[in-house]
Amino acid sequence: MDNPRPRPIVRRMESDLIITGGGLNGPALALAAARHGLSSIVIDSLPRDTRADPAFDGRSYALAHASHRMLDRLGLWDGLPNQPMLEIKVSDGRVGEAGAFLGLHFDSAEIEEGPMGFMVEDRHIRRALLDAMEAEPKITHRAGETVIAQETGPAFATVTLATGEELTGRLLVGADGRSSGTAARARIKRTGWRYGQTALVCAIAHERPHNGVAHQLFLPPGPLAILPLTGNRSSIVWSETDAQARAINALSDDDYLTVLRPRFGDFLGDISLAGARYTYALGLSLANAFVADRLALVGDAAHGLHPIAGQGLNAGLRDVAALAHVIGHAARRGEDIGAPGVLERYQGWRRFDTAALAAATDLFNRLFSNDSAILRAGRDLGMALVGALPSARRSFIREAAGLTGDLPELMR
Amino acid sequence: MTITVDPSEIAKFEAMAAEWWDPNGKFKPLHMLNPCRLDYITTQIAGEYGRDVGIERPFAGLRILDIGCGGGLLCEPMARLGAEVVGVDAAARNIPVAMTHAEQSGLTIDYRHTTAEAMAEAGEQFDAVLNMEVVEHVADPLAYLTACQQLLKPGGLHICSTINRNPKSFAMAIVGAEYVMRWLPKGTHEWKKFITPDELCDLLRQAGLTPVDRKGFVFNPVTWQWRLSDRDLSVNYVTAATKG
Repeated sequence: MDNPRPRPIVRRMESDLIITGGGLNGPALALAAARHGLSSIVIDSLPRDTRADPAFDGRSYALAHASHRMLDRLGLWDGLPNQPMLEIKVSDGRVGEAGAFLGLHFDSAEIEEGPMGFMVEDRHIRRALLDAMEAEPKITHRAGETVIAQETGPAFATVTLATGEELTGRLLVGADGRSSGTAARARIKRTGWRYGQTALVCAIAHERPHNGVAHQLFLPPGPLAILPLTGNRSSIVWSETDAQARAINALSDDDYLTVLRPRFGDFLGDISLAGARYTYALGLSLANAFVADRLALVGDAAHGLHPIAGQGLNAGLRDVAALAHVIGHAARRGEDIGAPGVLERYQGWRRFDTAALAAATDLFNRLFSNDSAILRAGRDLGMALVGALPSARRSFIREAAGLTGDLPELMR
Repeated sequence: MTITVDPSEIAKFEAMAAEWWDPNGKFKPLHMLNPCRLDYITTQIAGEYGRDVGIERPFAGLRILDIGCGGGLLCEPMARLGAEVVGVDAAARNIPVAMTHAEQSGLTIDYRHTTAEAMAEAGEQFDAVLNMEVVEHVADPLAYLTACQQLLKPGGLHICSTINRNPKSFAMAIVGAEYVMRWLPKGTHEWKKFITPDELCDLLRQAGLTPVDRKGFVFNPVTWQWRLSDRDLSVNYVTAATKG
């Protein structure tokens, strides 16, 4: 070809937003934007049937209070099966010595907003988002499509699908996870590191009821969380060194349970697996910029956090709520939702929060994944102090519930 | 006067448009103030004409004039909200720049190189006239505001912002913005021409308008943002007035 095909400056807008990523944050953003009258195309690389699959795959989320409020505002909460977390017990321990859950104790009776948070299974929230998207005329869901190229101009962002089809909008949003192709195509670099640890995730069924109590146990190889699901089931997240995790993951289900049992004792009675097993390499991955020309990143595409504090999805939903807030207000005053000044407002709002959370989570993990006697003594003392001071405990609870900081409209 | 953009000059105008619309460029102070100005303008227009800004194109059917339109920082939002917009500027070079950017944005805006007085003489009529940060630059404010009044349909809305005249506004707008922060070119403002809110309301009444609201634009140096204030009109402020 001698000359490239000339491209018109003005393009037909298919939609206000083009969102790459059909997981949780992408659909949530499309729904939040629709409340402001903004249209979205959600491009999901997975087929619709995968998203709609009703079988329990073992994945679940600890939703902070602010996230619960947001899902409620988006009309997703009614009918969504959930397990309230009434108490969180934090303790320090050693494998085989566990069972005595002394130490820090957070009780939802101490804050007025109700439960500390809610456990929700991935299959249920996924389905609720899918149904809501399909019922919303402002949202077009393109499932099973892959983006292969993107381009931005003075007033538009265009993505090209593998089929050759081009889609144009005012703002492109990357909600496509920590290895975000959208961020990479915009040449946004990332900063991050690995911890040499891997999280092992599974769901278990147990004999005795959990009474809505969540446990966070700090073991020398890494933290172990027991999070209550509906019925006599819990979600388990435990961290081991990479090598150890590989070895454990290679075991049969029976042997896997044999390794798991002594880590938290027998207070729930006998346990069995209730879903698939997963492993996640632990690390931090922060995008060096959350915005670029006509582009904003949300969720793991902006910040892949260490899952120790269960704040990954909550932080993602906070991005979504903040971005919807910023572009919703921009649209009401007639501003271009993809203009650099508008996107800077979003970035300014979210980057500081995220950096602070990432740093705190990192410190927390380094402090607790350790068997040094001095650190253990210091930790015990710190826990006893926080436990003894009601106001310090309340602020911990409110922070974990996502009720601090400058909250976007959807979370107020 | 009809203006068309010479195709050979489009690249130059595109570069100038990019400069106008760069939030961190030469017009940074305007970009910082713009959300606050737009909040005021959209609220006043929506209130006057009973429109809900939560719906698409809430200003459809309204004819709005922006005087001193520059690169179109106010015209484009008004057009996006559905209004039929005319933008005029006394500086000829701004017109093709604003036209180029509107076309890139896919918006239809009628930009003209002319003055409020000439428009009034031609008998043009609008539902709302935006008169933002202009009155402190004109030679005869009363004659100018009278022309603005003539441009309004009966019941029409006139929104006018400017800078107060007191030691604080001198320090903030001239020493601060022009000399210290270098936000504005030196000599942009002449302090003696600044008008107090009471003086402006008197002028508006003399021009045949009825002042209905006034608010301050207040800059917060910590959050680096502007906000509207009911009480603090000590530096930048805005007024709304209706015709008849």
